[in-house]
Amino acid sequence: MADLTVTCRINGQAATLRGHSMARLLDVLRRDAHLTGTKEGCGEGECGACSVLLDGRLVNSCLVPLVHANGAEIVTIEGVASADRLHAVQEAFVACGGAQCGICTPGMVLAAVSLLARTPRPTEDETRAALAGNLCRCTGYMRIFAAVVEACGRTAEPS
Amino acid sequence: MRAFLPAYDLEAPETLDAALRLLSGGDGGWKPFAGGTDLMVLLESGKLAPGRYVSLWDIEELRGITVSEDGVAIGALTTYSDVLAHPVLRADFPLVVRAAAETGGVATQNRGTLGGNIANASPAADTPPALLVYDAELDIVSVRGTRRVPYDGFHKGYKVMDLAPDEIIRRIRLPFARRGWRQAYRKVGTRRAQAISKVCFAAAADVRDGTLHDARIAFGSVAPTVVRCHVTEHALRGRRIDPGIAAVARQALTADIAPIDDVRSTARYRMRVAGNLLVDFLLNDDNSQRPTPNSQS
Repeated sequence: MADLTVTCRINGQAATLRGHSMARLLDVLRRDAHLTGTKEGCGEGECGACSVLLDGRLVNSCLVPLVHANGAEIVTIEGVASADRLHAVQEAFVACGGAQCGICTPGMVLAAVSLLARTPRPTEDETRAALAGNLCRCTGYMRIFAAVVEACGRTAEPS
Repeated sequence: MRAFLPAYDLEAPETLDAALRLLSGGDGGWKPFAGGTDLMVLLESGKLAPGRYVSLWDIEELRGITVSEDGVAIGALTTYSDVLAHPVLRADFPLVVRAAAETGGVATQNRGTLGGNIANASPAADTPPALLVYDAELDIVSVRGTRRVPYDGFHKGYKVMDLAPDEIIRRIRLPFARRGWRQAYRKVGTRRAQAISKVCFAAAADVRDGTLHDARIAFGSVAPTVVRCHVTEHALRGRRIDPGIAAVARQALTADIAPIDDVRSTARYRMRVAGNLLVDFLLNDDNSQRPTPNSQS
């Protein structure tokens, strides 16, 4: 049975997704759930633009077949802010200028949210490792890195 | 999406029995699918063989790490992130932990599995050299039963394994056999991170009083499969650790590895670097991998 119906929660709301069992979660989220904040970069798990949280863990949605979303709790970039205010990570990206063209930004924010949820006071190495799977071709990373440091309430240490 | 999805099927049974029954089906053709970090890439690029796949992802029986007196048994679906978080692996199997840390980014580490890394059978896989150094054994299961085989020798040739179409890897066993040995893991790629290996090296040596009493040496990306270097281990056994050991090591290594020119590197570079990594390991204890401190991440 290649086509299936998946029940899951997306950004806190019950959701039903339909499609081929091997369809990429990325495509289903963008086309069917209209959550176009999740971007496609490389389509091969190298760039992190399509990052979402699946049961609280950062994943590349281009490498997740739809069947693996069954029963899952999914958070996309649209679910990071609360109703009336941005997440601390998003505020820090704004404050630090951590975005340029914007394609990598949703994935970067989710990678940072995932890091800070597990490690509220990450070391510099932990921060670098946590963002290592998210590529940016504009910023040179320094402002993104600064935004994550800012988000965890620390000042950047000289490197 | 470039693939023609109707040419594929992906079933996701929740029990090992159900998965094994599918794999054993008389009509054949079902293939295992774990975290998807390789097969989904192939799918998107139009290179995944059309057919029917069995997702193993929801099978709890394939997860979990159990520790006994003799060693650890690691469920085949254990992810790199699970490896990185496990205190016993961090203390006693630092090379596996290092390999997990050097495999992709967090998103890949959250989905890629040790069993998948083995069964995908890439000669450039990063955890297999570490598993060889620890004398890993594999529990292999099918509807016909379970068998246990040494991991050394499991890869018979390029993408050829001692694994029947109806069998999957159930767990990986690592004995506590390297305590007190000097250990090192080095991955050489185009960049320091997020790169597929040009050469991947894992080794452990029992060095006491300046003599190498025993060793395990393994490489990735230098042969049609990951390789354990039996000739080199034999040549080094019982030797004093002095500068003269370098020539012996380099010479013996030419019998164990057979690098090629390919998209990532050249045979000549790989042979040279493989020798350098081995000699550096033998002569410089400073490069050894210490037990990985536990952290919360």
